[in-house]
Amino acid sequence: MARGLLRHAVPILFAGLCLFGIIVAKITPPFLMSEMLVRMSRNSVLVLSLLIPILAGLGLNFGIVIGAMAGQIGAILIVHWGIPGIGGFALAWIIATPIAIVLGIATGSLFNRAKGREMVSGLIAGFFANGLYQLLFLFAVGSIIPFHSASMILPQGYGLRNTVDLNTIQYAIDGLIPLRFQMQGVEIRVPLVSYVIIVGFCLVTLWFFRTRLGQQFRAMGQDPHVAAIAGIAVERNRIVATVLSTVLAAWGQLLFLQNIGTLNTYSSHEQVGMFAIAALLVSGATVSRATVGQALLGTVLFHTLFVVSPLAGKALAGDAQIGEYFRVFVAYAVITVALVLHAWQSTRAAHEARKATR
Amino acid sequence: MAKPGIRLPGFLREFGIPRLLIAVFLVVLFAVAVATHMDLRGLISDSIVRVGRNGILVLALLPAIQGGIGLNFGLPLGIICGLVGAVISLNAGVHGIAGVGMAAGIGVALAIPVGAGYGWLLNRTRGQEMMVGTYLGFAIVSMMSVFWLLAPFKNPTLVWAIGGRGLRTTLSLGGIYDKVLDRWLTFTVSGVRIPGGTLFVFGALCFLVWLFFRTRMGITIAAARSSTRFARAAGISDERTRVQATVLSTVLAAIGIVVFSQSYGFVQLYTAPLLMAFPAIACILIGGASVTRATIGHVLVGTFLFQSILTVALPVTSQVIQGDISETARLIIQNGMILYALTRIGRT
Amino acid sequence: MTPSAASSAPPALELRSIVKEYEGNRVLKGVSLSVREGEIHALVGENGAGKSTLMNILFGMPVIWETGGYEGEILLGGAPARFHSPAEAMNAGIGMVHQEFMLLPGFRVAENIKLNREPTLPNPASRVLGPKLESLDVPRMRADARRALDQVGLGIDEWIAVAGLPVGHMQFIEIAREVDKANLKVLIFDEPTAVLTETDAEKLLAIMRGLAAKGHAILFITHRLDEVLAVADRITVLRDGEVVGTPDPKTTTVVRIAELMVGRPAGVTAPRRFFAPSTEPVLGVEHLSVDMPGERVEDVTLAVRRGEILGIGGLAGHGKLGIANGIMGLYPGSGRVIFDKAVFPLNEPRLALERGLAFVSEDRRGVGLLPEESIELNIALSALEAHGRFLHPFPIQPLRVVDHRAMRAHALEMIRALDIRTTGPSQQVRRLSGGNQQKVCVARAMTLEPRLLFVSEPTRGIDVGAKQRVLEILSALNRDHDVTLVVTSSELAELRAISDRVAIVYRGRIAAVLPPDAPDADFGLAMAGESAKAA
Repeated sequence: MARGLLRHAVPILFAGLCLFGIIVAKITPPFLMSEMLVRMSRNSVLVLSLLIPILAGLGLNFGIVIGAMAGQIGAILIVHWGIPGIGGFALAWIIATPIAIVLGIATGSLFNRAKGREMVSGLIAGFFANGLYQLLFLFAVGSIIPFHSASMILPQGYGLRNTVDLNTIQYAIDGLIPLRFQMQGVEIRVPLVSYVIIVGFCLVTLWFFRTRLGQQFRAMGQDPHVAAIAGIAVERNRIVATVLSTVLAAWGQLLFLQNIGTLNTYSSHEQVGMFAIAALLVSGATVSRATVGQALLGTVLFHTLFVVSPLAGKALAGDAQIGEYFRVFVAYAVITVALVLHAWQSTRAAHEARKATR
Repeated sequence: MAKPGIRLPGFLREFGIPRLLIAVFLVVLFAVAVATHMDLRGLISDSIVRVGRNGILVLALLPAIQGGIGLNFGLPLGIICGLVGAVISLNAGVHGIAGVGMAAGIGVALAIPVGAGYGWLLNRTRGQEMMVGTYLGFAIVSMMSVFWLLAPFKNPTLVWAIGGRGLRTTLSLGGIYDKVLDRWLTFTVSGVRIPGGTLFVFGALCFLVWLFFRTRMGITIAAARSSTRFARAAGISDERTRVQATVLSTVLAAIGIVVFSQSYGFVQLYTAPLLMAFPAIACILIGGASVTRATIGHVLVGTFLFQSILTVALPVTSQVIQGDISETARLIIQNGMILYALTRIGRT
Repeated sequence: MTPSAASSAPPALELRSIVKEYEGNRVLKGVSLSVREGEIHALVGENGAGKSTLMNILFGMPVIWETGGYEGEILLGGAPARFHSPAEAMNAGIGMVHQEFMLLPGFRVAENIKLNREPTLPNPASRVLGPKLESLDVPRMRADARRALDQVGLGIDEWIAVAGLPVGHMQFIEIAREVDKANLKVLIFDEPTAVLTETDAEKLLAIMRGLAAKGHAILFITHRLDEVLAVADRITVLRDGEVVGTPDPKTTTVVRIAELMVGRPAGVTAPRRFFAPSTEPVLGVEHLSVDMPGERVEDVTLAVRRGEILGIGGLAGHGKLGIANGIMGLYPGSGRVIFDKAVFPLNEPRLALERGLAFVSEDRRGVGLLPEESIELNIALSALEAHGRFLHPFPIQPLRVVDHRAMRAHALEMIRALDIRTTGPSQQVRRLSGGNQQKVCVARAMTLEPRLLFVSEPTRGIDVGAKQRVLEILSALNRDHDVTLVVTSSELAELRAISDRVAIVYRGRIAAVLPPDAPDADFGLAMAGESAKAA
């Protein structure tokens, strides 16, 4: 019993923190329930996109922001062309996918050149890609690249506006099959189709790891050298893993955007990586091991804290801002601890492995 | 087996294509400035001011690289120490150079134990120093954000007017020690204003660091960086030298942010320090450093190149393009350079 | 040990005149050997003889192709073959049981056995997106694994995780993995018993015999000569990239094999000094054991006499390199060491340097040099660290600035004395040739002005001319500066040429201490562990 508690220390601690915050801020169950349902539905796929690289030995893919950008390009285009509803959303997916594949190949090749430093490379690559994204949308669009939707352009004549209204596709997926129920007199909406999609991705991920390719990924994740000797194309597989992650992130970001309904052109994607990774780690997943269940659990816990923290801050210290800084701190702290543990254990494991062959 | 592609002469290849592109970019910007009859003296003056302002933060990276820690993404830790020093000195209402001195002094005093702790952690996380440093820096900066809000500082110039508690996001140094060093030994050379004091402090610290790495302690630190086994064979404890290098780096960062703030005229709290490591790292890499080797020359050249581009890009390009492309250019150049360096570790 | 009856069939594996060069250095000079079906062929040779290079070629390792490929032919079952990757070699039927385990600890036994050859079943996705997405057929995986494990006589559950299993089991799982390969034509064992206990080693040899009896062709690489005689049908001895002998296991002895491996000395050249037995020891070593991976020292007791040159020899992997490393504190050691009549603490590299010991390591690049730094810094470094030489005086010790002029002057003197070919003292060490780099290492040790100097593999990887020079420098150091030398080397000839006495290490213990002009047979016996003579 004690051993189980220790192994699951992180999620338990987190749940405790959330509970404390809920009580202090006097949050009502219906409010919590509806917030949770919505946030889970729009963030889960982004967190799921982290699983494959972890199991393939690439660590935490800080580069999923690149996939998010691909998704956003799709969204911008369909709004520009004025294609609404589920059709527009589907088109956005179709556009985003090849972009995400190409970017994923680039990122994966980068990872192959920076072996052992994939995480920091992914982080910096995300920043770099953000720079290119800005170059594209802040300067090229409307000037070098003709863009006929004047309402989306900044007053200076070029550059996309800071916000793009997505109301034409908002709830395109969520609202497909409306499901509502009552809780304590408050009506709560359930985005059913989104959940179906999420469950679908979970099942696909689970199935994937029982295939030949999935087995290869698992082998690479444990020891790329042994995998290479066994004839597995490690470098190529790493690129495949990165592509899968990037594409899933693109789809996840689209799912996120159709729920939120607005695109902050230059900032919607910025914290995607950090939040998704923090969410995953909060469940007790590590840099080298993560399961589908942990992805889902982590999303719930992290986003609960996300909602609760400012409210608790206001209740405790009279200032919601404290709560906002606190939740960001928690996210960073969780990632820091996971990175430290991972590095600490790797150096210890190498030490032990040498001793084992005595 | 020859690789296809353009073959550059040897020394250019060692210089590196990214550096070449950056240098060319700077030259182009200046050429455009000259061609459009811009105020060249003003541009050069601003560039020099920026070099003096940022230089020490870049210098802070040198001991870490030479000590084997790699690129010190955890620079914000030292920066926070310096900021605490600055806030305390402001709260106490100390003016002028004495204020700067007090801020730096407190910052250094804090930076020593903080650097030692950070160095200890880096020893346990070998191979992942860069990630650990980055996120530790982020976490500490956010934690300090909470602290700034709850801080027991009472000086009315520092806290929010409404509520009377919690530090403001930016604290103005006007009238306290704004540009105190800049103006201390300022002089003009053919119309270009030179912030002598700041440059003097920067230069002095560069000299001291250079001298340090010619002392026994400095040589020991640099020698230990190549491998633990080499260090052990030479009788050196590389655990100790790595901590020493980290402390030195953190101390310099604390001093660096104080000098930066006085030059800039504002003390920036909360989320400002989050990303401060990245431009500094880009500077030293642009100057020619790698993850395993850096010299004072790299610090000087790189800071000059990068900061000049940042200074000059906006006024030059704003003649042609509306909107600030310098920020986007900064993102691309800065992160592109770091990415390039990351893919070259382990190659000679 | 039954050889194949069908001798008219082509051998399962044949290598013809394999030549391999690394940057002008000929590592393999035309090696030929063959392995028939049902035969165990033992390949023996010192480290550096070319065994690993030969295996890399056979296994299609990328390092071979990145450095210019090889000459000669490989024939598998009579048909020519050329492997450009491990995958190609494996697909063609070459199986290798590696020295370091190639197992995934987090996978189950069956998953390891079937790694990248898992039986699969098609599913809707695989029909569209390709065979890589076929689902694993777990029941068949387990059945195949079970069969392979039974073949090697290992009764463990095939569905448990490999992590935590005893070392012997892991080795057998490796074998099971190879045996499971349907198209297996040749099975190579690379030092399989290096990490096994005596009992497990016996079991492994039994498995080997069993596999040979079933008709497999087996290539057995080992340092353990008694094992060679126990199972081999044929033996090939490799030395310096050439086949120097193929003794018949039925009639040869361990001693003879050892002699072939090490080579016949060309003749003793340097004048010998004679020590009266009463010369007191300057260094006394009692029951030293050192945990150096690959060169483990079990129990060494030795006395080094003041002013002598003591040579330490022995076959690779038996521990000779561990002695110096252990005393100098580079690897964990235990035991009792007395230096200059005072007890000397182990595991203290700094202390060793301070007390007057110095070491030129066999690992020139990793431990001996800072390749990116200048020659003068490299030479001065140890003395700077340990004795505070080359520093300007200053009250605060750690902040004493380097006295560059003194450092440079000293470096120039060393360059002249040791004839180091360089453009100047500020040249980066990595630009020097191997021989000159070695001279820099020696210069660094000499700068410490030690009383006792350990030198390991002084002439490894150096061209012939420089070899002679380095040995002369060492002799001069001993003769003119009264430095006691302990030289560890795999080249027995070299040891016999300059040493006053030669100690031979076998399986972590001193097998014998011989005068350099003792009969060759004595050396062979000691190296093969057949001698009872002690120091």
